[in-house]
Amino acid sequence: MRAGETLAFAARSLAAHPARTALTMLAVAIGAGAVLMLSALGEGARRYVVREFAALGTNLLIVLPGRSETAGATPGLFVGMTPRELTLEDALALLRSPHVRRVAPVVVGSAPVSRGGREREATVLGSTAELVRVRHWRLARGRNLPEGDPRRAQAVCLLGATVARELFGADPPLGQWVRIGDRRFRVIGVLAPQGFALGVKVDEMVVVPVASAQALFDTSGLFRALVEARSREAIAAARRDVLATLRERHRGEEDVTVVTQDAVLAAFDRILRALTYALAALAGISLSVAGILIMNIMLISVAGRRAEIGLLKALGATPALIARLFVAEAGVLAAAGGLAGIGIGLGAVELAARLYPLFPFAAPWWSAPAALGVALAGGIGFGVLPARRAARLDPVAALASR
Amino acid sequence: MIRLEGIERVYRVGGQLVRALAGVDLEIAAGEYVSVMGPSGSGKSTLLHILGLLDRPTAGRYLLDGRDVTGLDEAEQARLRRETIGFVFQFFHLVPRLSALENVELPMQIAGLPPAERRPRAEAALAAVGLAERARHRPDQLSGGQRQRVAIARATVMRPRLILADEPTGNLDRASGREVVELLERLHRERGMTLVVVTHDPELGERARRRLHMRDGRILEGTQA
Ligand SMILES: Nc1ncnc2c1ncn2[C@@H]1O[C@H](COP(=O)(O)OP(=O)(O)O)[C@@H](O)[C@H]1O
Ligand SMILES: [Mg+2]
Repeated sequence: MRAGETLAFAARSLAAHPARTALTMLAVAIGAGAVLMLSALGEGARRYVVREFAALGTNLLIVLPGRSETAGATPGLFVGMTPRELTLEDALALLRSPHVRRVAPVVVGSAPVSRGGREREATVLGSTAELVRVRHWRLARGRNLPEGDPRRAQAVCLLGATVARELFGADPPLGQWVRIGDRRFRVIGVLAPQGFALGVKVDEMVVVPVASAQALFDTSGLFRALVEARSREAIAAARRDVLATLRERHRGEEDVTVVTQDAVLAAFDRILRALTYALAALAGISLSVAGILIMNIMLISVAGRRAEIGLLKALGATPALIARLFVAEAGVLAAAGGLAGIGIGLGAVELAARLYPLFPFAAPWWSAPAALGVALAGGIGFGVLPARRAARLDPVAALASR
Repeated sequence: MIRLEGIERVYRVGGQLVRALAGVDLEIAAGEYVSVMGPSGSGKSTLLHILGLLDRPTAGRYLLDGRDVTGLDEAEQARLRRETIGFVFQFFHLVPRLSALENVELPMQIAGLPPAERRPRAEAALAAVGLAERARHRPDQLSGGQRQRVAIARATVMRPRLILADEPTGNLDRASGREVVELLERLHRERGMTLVVVTHDPELGERARRRLHMRDGRILEGTQA
């Protein structure tokens, strides 16, 4: 019998039992759909994290005061002092490295921000114009912080989108004065809505010159410094230079921590990829359950069609052909169920993406072929036993059963 | 065409040995019309199954067209069945989900003939049994006599040289049984097919030129007309 006809014959015998065929296909479809949905969830988590990290900036190094290794206590800690702070001068010195393109010093504090009768508590960032560039923020209106000597305090500020809306409503905020803590600042720019970046709500922040923030919060140290390397390849060299410069400036002590976004990102990427495969594999197990169901249905089918099998043999069908017919049935069940499941899965992923637009659900490219492949392999694998049973039937005995 | 030498077929039922065929020697020439009669359990069906390569003898030799087919493997036997033998059963054995035409096409499909060739041959075979109008009907939309005629069309569509019919009228009323037998005889006459009909209806058996009587797994005598 020709291949196409074998499949057609198989499909017709399945169609003769619509209820059990549909149920078996449903089981396969659920398994295949689960592979798709769970891998889309894992892939979504991976993309989410990657996107969030990318939103921090590109080729970014984060310089934090203090050593992250706590095992050997630094001498500073030993005598009951906090480790040497990271100063604005330290940050500016980092620009000496040819591998560093930008440095944005960061001071962070929290203060009430008010205008007229409206007031809200906001995170206040002290930095330079470089912050907006390093973090790839966009300005909705106005201009960035002034260039020039960052050591000079200036009474100007940028407002996050939410802060601007809450303080000004429909009024134009540019050129207006706001009160931050006990000082007054003129609004020179408003940030475009940025959404989330690793949990930091950019829209609810206010940005002021670093020196102004230091005065406001009465601090001389930096919370951290953001360093942008010239390229991806330059990240390692930039890191070396940053550490060397600061060690030199801190009298030979290595008392800062440099986190490269790349390393963190790569680690997350690896972990979340593995998680995605694990989720897909778990869902694949449900397909093996569907495979067992297929085997069951096929065994019932063989038992119920003994007379037909005997007839086919009498008409000259070889055992191999009989086996092929039944394997084809299992294959058609698995393929149809698998394809339906992929359809359902893709639909569900699409729906989830609509319902949760912030979370980047996406079925990875391999998930559909993997789901179909596992469904087919399972279906055919579990179809072999019933098919062989059919092929081995004694034709006389088979014909006698009605 | 057919030569059986000392054919035995022994079943083991529990501890008992049942000799369904107890040493059968038989020769059937090409183009013969042979009826096989005998009481129930005398081994008629077993003989037919051996002749049709559906069953293997416990002992003895089967020569088909001079070739020893006793030891052929299943696939080779299947090929021989497909090309040389057509079966007609008491219970028709049509595939219920297929139309009359598709049932008739089935042996050609199994043989791997191209669809373009199958269709006209199946239609011609149905026409030859007077069922051209019923081609699209499914078996459950046909009467018993019509079903058996579809089965005969199916058995003959590959132009086998040997037709084996096991009680082909056993499930039919007298009139349609008669039609079926006349149809088989006509095909035998017109196409020179060798025809072996098992029956326990003496009136039917008498119609064959050569009659075999069986008892306890043996052929008692052949009556030549
Ligand atoms: N599968 C079987 N197992 C055991 N005994 C069988 C089997 N098939 C047939 N027989 C026995 O073989 C004998 C001949 O059977 P069969 O050829 O069907 O007779 P007939 O067709 O003449 O009625 C009977 O005694 C029957 O019981
Ligand atoms: Mg019988």
